[in-house]
Amino acid sequence: MPSNALLQVTGLTAHYGPIQALHEIALEVNPGELVAMVGANGAGKTTLLHTLSNVHKATSGQVIFDGQEITRTAPHKIVQAGICHIPEGRQVFAPLSVEDNLLLGSFTQRKNKAWVAEETDRIYTLFPILKEKRRQAAGTLSGGQQQMLAMGRALLGRPKLLLLDEPSMGLAPLLVAEIFRVVRELNEKGVTILLVEQNAKAALGIADRGYVLETGRVVLSADADTLLADEAVQKAYLGH
Amino acid sequence: MRRLGGFYLLAVAVAALPFIFPDNYFVTVVGVSAGLHAILAVSLNLLMGYAGQISLGHAAFFGMGAYTSAILTTRYGWNPWPTILVGLAFTGVIAYIVARPILKLKGHYLAMATLGLGIIVHIVIVQMGWLTGGPDGLGSIPTLSLFGWTVDTDLRWYAVIGTLLMLVIWLALNLIDSRSGRALRALHGSEVAAEMMGIDTAATKTGVFVLAALIASLAGSVFAHQQAFVSPGSFDFFFSIELVTMVVLGGMASTYGAVLGAIILTFLPELLVVFEDYEVMIFGAILMGMMIFLPQGLFIGFQDLLRKFTHRRAVTKKEESSHGVA
Repeated sequence: MPSNALLQVTGLTAHYGPIQALHEIALEVNPGELVAMVGANGAGKTTLLHTLSNVHKATSGQVIFDGQEITRTAPHKIVQAGICHIPEGRQVFAPLSVEDNLLLGSFTQRKNKAWVAEETDRIYTLFPILKEKRRQAAGTLSGGQQQMLAMGRALLGRPKLLLLDEPSMGLAPLLVAEIFRVVRELNEKGVTILLVEQNAKAALGIADRGYVLETGRVVLSADADTLLADEAVQKAYLGH
Repeated sequence: MRRLGGFYLLAVAVAALPFIFPDNYFVTVVGVSAGLHAILAVSLNLLMGYAGQISLGHAAFFGMGAYTSAILTTRYGWNPWPTILVGLAFTGVIAYIVARPILKLKGHYLAMATLGLGIIVHIVIVQMGWLTGGPDGLGSIPTLSLFGWTVDTDLRWYAVIGTLLMLVIWLALNLIDSRSGRALRALHGSEVAAEMMGIDTAATKTGVFVLAALIASLAGSVFAHQQAFVSPGSFDFFFSIELVTMVVLGGMASTYGAVLGAIILTFLPELLVVFEDYEVMIFGAILMGMMIFLPQGLFIGFQDLLRKFTHRRAVTKKEESSHGVA
């Protein structure tokens, strides 16, 4: 099956013990796209991203990234291949300084010192608060600032594909809008993004295409605008 | 490398002490012992404090270095220097072999496994009497000498071990501030998050485990030549626990804290000798008190107190000056 997709997933299943969390997931993300995967709590969104990063082992199926099968590649090698994952709940390294967190993001880029320095400057321009607090422990930042740090950290991994897990979680509405604006901006600058969100309206609002995940199954996939206008989606996720 | 001020200060203090207190038992005898303990605590702290991997068997690696040197010099007539290298190679290989399976475990299970390792090594030392001398130990281990300079006085040993300690501290400080050091600190927080940064957590944990074992082995070899005698009692389970206590007492994830913890735990029993029968009780009470009032460890606890104090002074000064303006 020839395809230009950057990420191509077919028949992906995953289990927690005897419980099947993902059923034959198929999806693709093309270069330059911003794809949203929306679904309710417990639909399997985080599991899907964890399985793509192989921190949760897939039971069957195939993940092809940039022409290479990575279904069973070690997690740190997947990062080297160009997939950076911003986990749910940010997961910044709390006792480490903001600067050290960013340096950890560039862990795979040890040979690109000049690029890392430039990118760090860009991130500090994008999120000036991080520059201001760069010597502080990351754990002392607010939730929104931690989300910014997590995004900056992931960008320093020079991702070809960014996996973004629930960036709106636990943030005030104003901050959510700010974070989504940044996500859109990153995508416009050329970063390919797979965004997983419970906040369907905000996610589909910035995405090119969307998938709807329900109890571990992809039940719908279409252009973001089509999904936003879809009656079933509106009823289930948008509260209309 | 930032903030080497503390390092130079400590180096000057270590160098100056024997001049300030010449021929002092506490400097050249207890001090040498404290220095060796500090080397061990700094190495254990890399594993425990920074990487978050507990080890209740660190004395095993100390023992491997000590016995390799003791056996090769006394039974096979080797020169002491190459025995140190053989000890390092032997300990490194053993540590590497056990690291992968052991470090897959976490928390209590890792504690149990390292505890088991320590006990196994202790039993091997006691049981292989034909090689190790069994419970009686091995004596008449030759001392070190270099180009005719023989390390045969307490003061000379103080110089050797003091230098070695400063080298190990320098190594630890640099490692922690490096790319690999950041990887260590990251996996302490969350291994999954560290993997997501592209860190090979299994290889990183193995690396720090082997490094800590190598430093302990080096300390062991030096210990054997310095004491001229080794016996299994120096490498038992209780010594491993003592090393853990040093790290925790001084402050996890602080190299200077580990040094401080080692110094205190070496000197305290010496000072408490005057209490005779009550020594152990008072020792225990002091440890409990320290952990209750300075739970982050002495070094970090004191730093915080100092910061609070200087901060308060800065605030009062500011208030004074603003009053002045008004």
